[in-house]
Amino acid sequence: MGDDPDTPPPRPDFYDPDDSAARPKPHGANDSTAPGPRDPDAVAARPQSGDTGGPAVRPLAGDTDHQTPRPHAHHPPDDLLTRLKAYEGHPAAVAGVGKDPVNLPMIRHWCEALGDANPVYTGPGAVAPPTMLQAWTMGGLTGHTGRSSAYDELLALLDESGCTSVVATDCEQEYLQPLRPGDRITFDTVIESVSDRKTTKLGTGHFVTTRTDVRVGETLVGTHRFRILKYAPAQRKKPPARPQRPRPVVNRDNAGFWEGVEQHRLLLQRCTSCATLRFPWLPGCAHCGGPDWDTVEASGEGTVHSYVVMHHPPFPAFDPPYAVVLVELAEGVRMISNVVGTPYDKVRIGMPVRLVFRTYDGDLTLPVFRAAAEEAAV
Amino acid sequence: MRKGDELPPLEIPITRTLIVAGAIASRDYQDVHHDPELARQKGSPDIFMNILTTNGLVGRYITDHFGPRTVLRKVAIRLGAPNYPGDTMVLTGTIEALEDTSATVRIVGTNGIGNHVTGTVTFSMRDAE
Repeated sequence: MGDDPDTPPPRPDFYDPDDSAARPKPHGANDSTAPGPRDPDAVAARPQSGDTGGPAVRPLAGDTDHQTPRPHAHHPPDDLLTRLKAYEGHPAAVAGVGKDPVNLPMIRHWCEALGDANPVYTGPGAVAPPTMLQAWTMGGLTGHTGRSSAYDELLALLDESGCTSVVATDCEQEYLQPLRPGDRITFDTVIESVSDRKTTKLGTGHFVTTRTDVRVGETLVGTHRFRILKYAPAQRKKPPARPQRPRPVVNRDNAGFWEGVEQHRLLLQRCTSCATLRFPWLPGCAHCGGPDWDTVEASGEGTVHSYVVMHHPPFPAFDPPYAVVLVELAEGVRMISNVVGTPYDKVRIGMPVRLVFRTYDGDLTLPVFRAAAEEAAV
Repeated sequence: MRKGDELPPLEIPITRTLIVAGAIASRDYQDVHHDPELARQKGSPDIFMNILTTNGLVGRYITDHFGPRTVLRKVAIRLGAPNYPGDTMVLTGTIEALEDTSATVRIVGTNGIGNHVTGTVTFSMRDAE
């Protein structure tokens, strides 16, 4: 671990760009096809990009009249990058106000969740855990009033380009003054940078870095640099898009059943000694022990004798919740199956059902049941 | 305390409760931190820990070890392999730098997939009262 302290920590490869070759930086000039930020009021409040060290991209559509279109204006990715980069240096939140003053209950909930028993976070002289800094700025379920339209627009632009997922990747906080119960924080956030398009294991997208200054009154109490990856989820090549249902194990004891199913016939075994019907298929009669049998085709009529609804754990190829039913056939034997065409929470004991054959995954035919009343209506 | 010293590891079981409680205590209602179905729709196999909780756990690791006089000055973390329910994260730390009034610990938190978090924590010690 003897790394030079000035070098950044090694980056776990989960979010690592596979393709770290930087795209050519867009030239400073604007591009008449790049509308940039849309809200004229928000734009008016922003610093000019030239003041912020960002690329000299001027986002106002009205400013573009005298610009010469760039030679590669027809390359959509670069257009997008130019539009994204236009947000660098713009505020993401202006004079945001913490929804709650720093307070002991929220501190206690935090410590409880994280298992933090540090006594300095309790009692009359309590301070807030410094790492809660960002929590005081969070908008919660109702959002935040201080958020600028620029940040929303930037995220919307990324959404439009397919980068609909988001994951936080970096957080750097400096704590200058302790926060104490009663402190009311305000904060300003600036969009520091938007990266070139990067390919990571999660997918392809852009890193967006913001810096937030948190104040109590005029006093800067902490800074918070935050980086998210907005990305288009990678298509998973393996495993296939949808796992297949398990295949039946066909052996000489049950082959006749599966041959019947292929012909859309539900065959029951009948003992030739005592005429007892049996299901599922077995080598001998459980009633008299006789080894010989013939078959009877079930009429397909039945009722739900019992059922369970599967919520958890999920099995590949099945989408919980779903009902697994034990159907009592008119012939008297019971079999486990599914009721199709009826929501899982509408399945009821005693419900009349009728046999149908369904094919899954293109090649797996199974006997299942449909509510008899529904079939009559169809 | 000397440069190169290693802190004893801290094992943190990643329970569903910890993930959800941490997300809510940090006021982070992103569905991927509490709703497995929506997390799956977004390409994640399950819910996963939010960065604010990781940040808090990293801070706790340092203050647990060095005691209540520890004053955190800077926490800089980078996330890697997500913390999913059922996993265990093991935080380890090495003293990386000692200044007159502060020290920096390089931390790594590994889980069953890889490095969940890497980074540094800089802190100083409050005078005894």
